[in-house]
Amino acid sequence: MKQWWKSGSPWIWLNGGAVSISIIMVFGLLALILVRGFGHFWPHNVVSTTFVQPNGEVMQVIGELRKSETLTAQSLREAGLALPADQVLATRHLFKMGNRDVTGRDFVYMVDNFLGEWTYPKNIAVFERREWGDFYGVPARLLESGQTVAEGDALWADFQRRLDRSNRLFDDIRRIERHDIGNVNFRLERVRLDQRRAELRGTLTPEMEREFAARRQALDQEYAAIQDRLNALLADVRRDAIVMQVADGREVTIGLDRIVNAWQPNNMSAVSKVGFYIKSFGDFIFGYPREANTEGGIFPAIFGTVVMVLVMSIIVTPFVVLAAIYLREYAKQGPVLKAVRISVYNLAGVPSIVFGVFGLGFFVYVLGGAIDSTFYPEALPAPTFGTPGLFWASLTLALLTLPVVIVSTEEGLARIPSTIRMGSLALGATKGETLWKVVVPLATPAMMTGLILAIARAAGEVAPLMLVGVVKLAPTLPIDGNFPFIHLERKIMHLGFHIYDVGFQSPHAEAAEALVYATALILVLLIVALNLSAIMIRNRLREKYRAEGD
Amino acid sequence: MAAISPDSVQTSRSLLPSVEKREKLRKTRKFRDGLSLYGVGAGGLGVIFALALIFVYLFYETMPLLKPVSMEVSTTYAVPGEMPVTPTMHLTLDRFEEIGGRFSESGVITFFNARNGAILSRIELPIPEGERVTSFGRSESRKSLFVYGFSDGSVLPVKVDYEITFPDGVRRVTPRLSFPLGAEPTGIGGKEGAQYSALEIVDGRGGYVIAAGTVAGDIAMALYSTTTSMLTGTVEIRRQDFNLPNLGAPVSQLLVNESLRNLFAIDATGTLHHFDIVDRSRPVLVEKVALVPSGVEFRVAEFLVGSRSLIVGGSDGSLTQWILVRNDDTGQSNLTQIRAFKPHNAPITFIEPEHSRKGFIAGDASGTVGIHYATSSVSLKFLSVADTPINRLAISPINRVALVETVDAEALTVLAIDNPHPQTSLSGLWGKVWYEGRDAPAFIWQSSSADDAFESKLSLVPLSIGTLKAAFFAMLLATPLAIMGAIYTAYFMSTPMRKIVKPSIELMEALPTVILGFLAGIWLAPYIENNLPILVIGAVLIPAGVLVWGYLWSRMPANIRNSVSAGWEAAMLVPVIIVLGWVTVSMSPWVEFWFFDGSMRQWLTDVGIPYDQRNALIVGMAMGFAVIPTIFSIAEDAVFNVPKHLTQGSLALGATPWQTVIGVVLLTASPGIFSAVMIGFGRAVGETMIVLMASGNSPIVNFNIFEGMRTLAANIAVELPETAVGSTHFRVLFLSALVLLAFTFVLNTAAEVVRQRLRKRYASL
Repeated sequence: MKQWWKSGSPWIWLNGGAVSISIIMVFGLLALILVRGFGHFWPHNVVSTTFVQPNGEVMQVIGELRKSETLTAQSLREAGLALPADQVLATRHLFKMGNRDVTGRDFVYMVDNFLGEWTYPKNIAVFERREWGDFYGVPARLLESGQTVAEGDALWADFQRRLDRSNRLFDDIRRIERHDIGNVNFRLERVRLDQRRAELRGTLTPEMEREFAARRQALDQEYAAIQDRLNALLADVRRDAIVMQVADGREVTIGLDRIVNAWQPNNMSAVSKVGFYIKSFGDFIFGYPREANTEGGIFPAIFGTVVMVLVMSIIVTPFVVLAAIYLREYAKQGPVLKAVRISVYNLAGVPSIVFGVFGLGFFVYVLGGAIDSTFYPEALPAPTFGTPGLFWASLTLALLTLPVVIVSTEEGLARIPSTIRMGSLALGATKGETLWKVVVPLATPAMMTGLILAIARAAGEVAPLMLVGVVKLAPTLPIDGNFPFIHLERKIMHLGFHIYDVGFQSPHAEAAEALVYATALILVLLIVALNLSAIMIRNRLREKYRAEGD
Repeated sequence: MAAISPDSVQTSRSLLPSVEKREKLRKTRKFRDGLSLYGVGAGGLGVIFALALIFVYLFYETMPLLKPVSMEVSTTYAVPGEMPVTPTMHLTLDRFEEIGGRFSESGVITFFNARNGAILSRIELPIPEGERVTSFGRSESRKSLFVYGFSDGSVLPVKVDYEITFPDGVRRVTPRLSFPLGAEPTGIGGKEGAQYSALEIVDGRGGYVIAAGTVAGDIAMALYSTTTSMLTGTVEIRRQDFNLPNLGAPVSQLLVNESLRNLFAIDATGTLHHFDIVDRSRPVLVEKVALVPSGVEFRVAEFLVGSRSLIVGGSDGSLTQWILVRNDDTGQSNLTQIRAFKPHNAPITFIEPEHSRKGFIAGDASGTVGIHYATSSVSLKFLSVADTPINRLAISPINRVALVETVDAEALTVLAIDNPHPQTSLSGLWGKVWYEGRDAPAFIWQSSSADDAFESKLSLVPLSIGTLKAAFFAMLLATPLAIMGAIYTAYFMSTPMRKIVKPSIELMEALPTVILGFLAGIWLAPYIENNLPILVIGAVLIPAGVLVWGYLWSRMPANIRNSVSAGWEAAMLVPVIIVLGWVTVSMSPWVEFWFFDGSMRQWLTDVGIPYDQRNALIVGMAMGFAVIPTIFSIAEDAVFNVPKHLTQGSLALGATPWQTVIGVVLLTASPGIFSAVMIGFGRAVGETMIVLMASGNSPIVNFNIFEGMRTLAANIAVELPETAVGSTHFRVLFLSALVLLAFTFVLNTAAEVVRQRLRKRYASL
């Protein structure tokens, strides 16, 4: 023992332990996100049981088990629960009971002691609703314009058919609202701006005024027509309703237009659950958020993140190439350059929030303000570029990631064997030709690695974006069918900010938690994929030059 | 060459371009080469310039905080008013600095163009027949509420409003006079015909209060409450009179604060009588305070905006600030002097508080005007305006223009003031400051509130302490794990395993911190709160378990030991640690039951340690997680690059592997490890999202691991989007960004220099 101690092996084991802990932490974290994120979409079975309330009343409970945890009975006693004095540990379960509008409590902790037998009745249905969160209950009757049309066994199949119909109608309504009306509003705003511009320039003639009025009137008419269509659809979609029995026996009528999706989890086979799972995963990725982002999909956030990162890449690439080539090939190597290089590298370690502050102050207020007063005077005092938006977010991130990409590109340039350069020069090529035709193409993969790493960093960065253009809910996507198609001045949604906002600023934090895990999962998958591809490119590159260098 | 036949010359001619073409091509190529040189040069320098711009711009935005205050005479004009001119009772300025107002002793209010003195309108007050104005009182500047006292003992409150209209798209400000208690003078107290030596009006909670004092030392006070009838729209005024005890000396000034809780009556000897008037029918004399030392005469006192602190001017030119400080023993609030300003050279004659912040201007008998600021306790600027004593001063609500009238002067002087950021003195930002309403000087960050009268507290100390606290706890977790892990990975681990482990840990660095923050705040914080003992158990059990396993392994039969090749110990430890972790978690409630009365959180509270759910521990764990890969990666490189001949030499001389690590590897690589720790620290200092989400964000000054903090970075993220551009708060946030930038930049540069020197040393070894 003493000898073993003296040999220093314990220290080696402890060091090994540190590595193991780090590894466990990394993979544990990934596993946690994977399990919780993917678990969000699975149609969990719904429990039906009884619960003895503190006042002795027995309450019927229908809900989905969210988690169970074991605590000391003492801590629960301190919270005011009457547990037997000799009990040491107690298990409590968190049930998602839905029906926020009916009971007001959609998540409830219940201690195992007070729960009755758990059963899984097959007829319990779960509705994902457009408002008020999920609904749990037993279907009783199906109504059409207030008349019962189906009951009992035939109900569910008929209900599904009618739900499909109402969802189709609802999609039409959504399309009209989002696309058609949005388009008319966009054109109306443009007429207003055109008129204001002419007014500011002093070129507004009565003729033009009449023309503007005519344009406006035409658009108003178009709008009225759309509105009529919309009203007809709205009346149509409200035709059907379903009467549901909730846990305490009350009956609640829900219009089918309020329901997004309905399922009977206890009645589903494993295969249909998988099908359901895939569908809800798809809905999550391609859907729009509802209920202050706590429900629905995250498509605008994914779209916003991707567009922002793409714009950033377009901005960053040329500058990186120029800066790296300058530092490596043209600048006079010496102490000054060394200092400059260290400074540039060190900017990679500067807190990202500092870039955000710079972006807000310089880009948004100074540059944006100047752009507005020069190019968009007609829109003032409403700012166009003088407010946080997509372009400034991308520009700030470009600045933030510049050092990373410069370092990587410089490394790539340095790694190219000098023999290749010499060869090119010896054949009579100028320095510029050697650079652009020989060296740079060879260094492209290194640059790509840097760029991908930059994209990964940008996709996960949140702090500076909160200042320069990312918002909780953007009414419009940054790319749409209205000229000029890419709207650089618009505010965007972002996956990382979505996590922060929904997880910490939302009114129904518990209801949103699962969704945040799912969002985190998407973000992690995106970033891990980007990083792995960067690592692969880098490794392949090393192999390639090792071969060529020999 | 001679062997070339004419034929071959002919064929080669078709291949080679003509001379002109070659010349042209050469020119194009040269041009392109030059273009590349200058284009790349310009682009590269541009990028470097853009990065340098960050420094320059942040500095530029914070510069105005350091700019000295300027005050100069911009113009003078004849005192505008009625003919013949009677003495001025008061001067005002509107918020656009266009209109001045002059209240004269004859009861005439003259509004004039503040730039040139041209008279705009003149309003005569309805003075009772045969009476004259004997006294004048006013409320806080921002309320624009005044009261005239007449020789028959009646008073007339007057309010000035500025109406803004936009005829033809041009802003036009029109002053309007209104009588909140009716145009008829009203009585006060029972004393008909009393001549008031002091008059005060307050628009407080519950109605208007007017207080009046006489030369005989009597004080009368009346509360006027107005109710507007819902049906007829008529305003009904009710008046309640209250009498206070006689002071025994002439009343020279009366002050009632906005909350209508305290009345300060200052007598001619400079003694302040502090009455508690919460129960107005029974005023209580709380204390008598000597505002000036003996030998000095009291001259004037005025509330700062919000009426929570009193500025007192003496005949020796002294200016002191007094606030009510609660005495914990008696439960009473006593008026206490909290600071003194740089004194004037002559007796103070007039004090004019600023409208929306805690500054004031003071005039003295030598004709000098001084600008002072309370929170930062600085006297910013003195300007000698005239040789005669200052009679009246007015400052505009945006603090850029002041009006000065001296005794016996025929002209008004207009001062142009540039004093945008008086609050940010070095001591205001970094020292303890005694704020209004506090018991003692303290470091507080509390930047904004809905009310103008709020004293913003911009101490960077709580934020800096919070930043260091968060970084410290993160480093406490990350440094040992990362360095030990790096040593093992670089020196002991087998190559195939290292190829997996290193990228995995580096992948951790790429994980968005928003995800770490989210998990820390939503999952880890409540989990740890419910299972606090796992920290204690884990810290003991896991290292001990690893050691026990190591010992047992060394006792294993050789064939089992040899089945795991050297350098794979860490892989073997993974299941061991998972099992130990599981044991820790399942032991937690039992330990809680045995040692902590069933609830460790409650136990902590009982022993006097406050516990927040989101605290420094959670931040430390999450941020430690984020910092581990940074430190690990650099430290691992440093250890791995220690020249092999050194370690082999050591081993050949008979040292054990661990002795080699301690004596050779660590010693050689220590600068690299040091720079790794510095870079990790820099990252922890600047990390925003984790602290924002997992710390609770309360700017407190302590190092309790179970309480939260607010860091500089998180503070910027929270407050910058909501602050007014160009305000002091805005610039202080830029200053904190600059501090962060400079700090991390210096840290990283130092680390980089250390690393480069290390690289050179390795190369020379």
